[in-house]
Amino acid sequence: MEQLLQQVASGLANGAIYALLALALVMIFVSTNHINFAQGEMAMFSAFVCWQLLNWGYPFWVALPATMLFSFIIGVLIERIILRPLHTAPLLSVVVVFIGLLAIFHSLAGAIWTHTVKPFPSPFPNFTFAGSGIIGPHQIGMIVVAVGMLALLFCFFRFTPLGLAMRAAALNATSARLVGINVDWMLALGWGLAATVGSVAGVLVAPVVYLEPNMMAGILLYGFAGALVGGISSPGGAVAGGFIVGVLENMVAYLGNMLERATGFYLIGNGEKLTVALIIVITVLTLKPSGLFGRVTVKRV
Amino acid sequence: MSNMLEVKDLKAYYGPSQALHGISFSLAKGGITTLLGANGAGKTTTLRAICGMVRAEGTVTIDGEPVTGKATESVVRLGVGHVPEGRGTFTELSVEENLRVAAYTRRDKAAAARDLEMVFTYFPRLKERMDQQAGTLSGGEQQMLAISRALMLGPRLMLLDEPSFGLAPLIVQEIFRIMRRINEEAKVSMLLVEQNAALALDLADHAYVLETGRVVMSGTSADVKSDEQIRKSYLGY
Ligand SMILES: Nc1ncnc2c1ncn2[C@@H]1O[C@H](COP(=O)(O)OP(=O)(O)O)[C@@H](O)[C@H]1O
Ligand SMILES: [Mg+2]
Repeated sequence: MEQLLQQVASGLANGAIYALLALALVMIFVSTNHINFAQGEMAMFSAFVCWQLLNWGYPFWVALPATMLFSFIIGVLIERIILRPLHTAPLLSVVVVFIGLLAIFHSLAGAIWTHTVKPFPSPFPNFTFAGSGIIGPHQIGMIVVAVGMLALLFCFFRFTPLGLAMRAAALNATSARLVGINVDWMLALGWGLAATVGSVAGVLVAPVVYLEPNMMAGILLYGFAGALVGGISSPGGAVAGGFIVGVLENMVAYLGNMLERATGFYLIGNGEKLTVALIIVITVLTLKPSGLFGRVTVKRV
Repeated sequence: MSNMLEVKDLKAYYGPSQALHGISFSLAKGGITTLLGANGAGKTTTLRAICGMVRAEGTVTIDGEPVTGKATESVVRLGVGHVPEGRGTFTELSVEENLRVAAYTRRDKAAAARDLEMVFTYFPRLKERMDQQAGTLSGGEQQMLAISRALMLGPRLMLLDEPSFGLAPLIVQEIFRIMRRINEEAKVSMLLVEQNAALALDLADHAYVLETGRVVMSGTSADVKSDEQIRKSYLGY
């Protein structure tokens, strides 16, 4: 029983990371219909920036906001400088640009910080408490920070005029221009916010997977899976999808272990987690192409 | 008195194909001008060209200010409320959000609040539906919302693209009555595009008839209405 709870808890903690990445992907997708394949490498790069600041002796509460600001600016610049000229380009050119960005961040991180695996300190205090056997302090921290970040973003998009303008620009660019919204800037802001959200994911997951240029490769796949399961057009769905995928992958491994212990027959273990997760994604998409929580809107003419 | 809108030798293009071949017209301050013509004549394109939504040449002057080549959002911020073809409501947003987002660029929030009250006096039905998703409104209510959204910009000039399209006659009458009130009470000049010529000529003071991207006829509404030749050959009634 305790083992099951452990698996659920660590699934939620990983799910928090997937949820953040899924949300970052969705934020760019809803306004541009592009999947930012470089999202994971950008998050990895941000984690390195944070590590560097910590290494220079800055405390965490300075290093993290500085990293988020840096990531925001990088996101805005990428949109304004690299993607802006591609607004009318064919999809394939955009895909190539994203893959290029991925490679650039990857090799840049390797060149600056080498490929040696580095430990990344957890920003959360290590303490023992009643539930310590089930969930560790860093896992709690991951969930709390991620959920807090998601709540902030929700309030921003739901309750502020700028958030409303960004949603309007994503929903219908032509109509948004007709109420005076500068849609191009809204896209750039969306990129900045997505990069910021990704940077938080990178910093939170770095203590778990350790810091190196490849750290996000598998994780982005899970984030992508979360976004697709929840609905790539639905921010709330993507977040839920991230958590679902996180818990699900642990459950799959857990049930596989149980089975093996009971029957001696090995069917599924940790090694197959990703495969199973992807099978689930494909199944969901076949049954419900818009994802579990995909946008369903009523349209009348 | 200078004109609210002055259009000279306006040409517009969709890619390589030319949709407007140099049209000129004007709209007096406080007036209502209508652009008539068959489907495909270039009426929608004219409104788009004024707002920088298509590639255009020529000069467009709004209340003395040249706007040719300006970005759509800059033209809009001069006080141009464009009610586009197809209404362009944000169907996924609530009615309230549709109205609020239209006031996004306004500095004077008190004036925006007054305009919201004004919208409610014109269209009390919208007030009852503030929390409803805009996509679930009836066609008539969506048209009311589209006009209200333009009003929330605090416009000097409204560009209306076939506001009667696809609506039942009673609703159309109601909407046209309110457009007249908006013109008289809020002092908004209007450029009205219509296929329903009889309706448009009753509301407008001046009319221009377009055919394949050119002005073929113009005059006061009364003149156009009384000229049987024009009515038969261009307006089809
Ligand atoms: N998006 C577009 N792309 C290409 N051609 C267009 C487009 N919209 C309109 N046209 C063409 O421009 C001409 C004028 O169209 P439009 O302005 O929509 O006419 P109207 O509003 O008077 O019915 C037509 O020949 C039409 O086919
Ligand atoms: Mg038209």
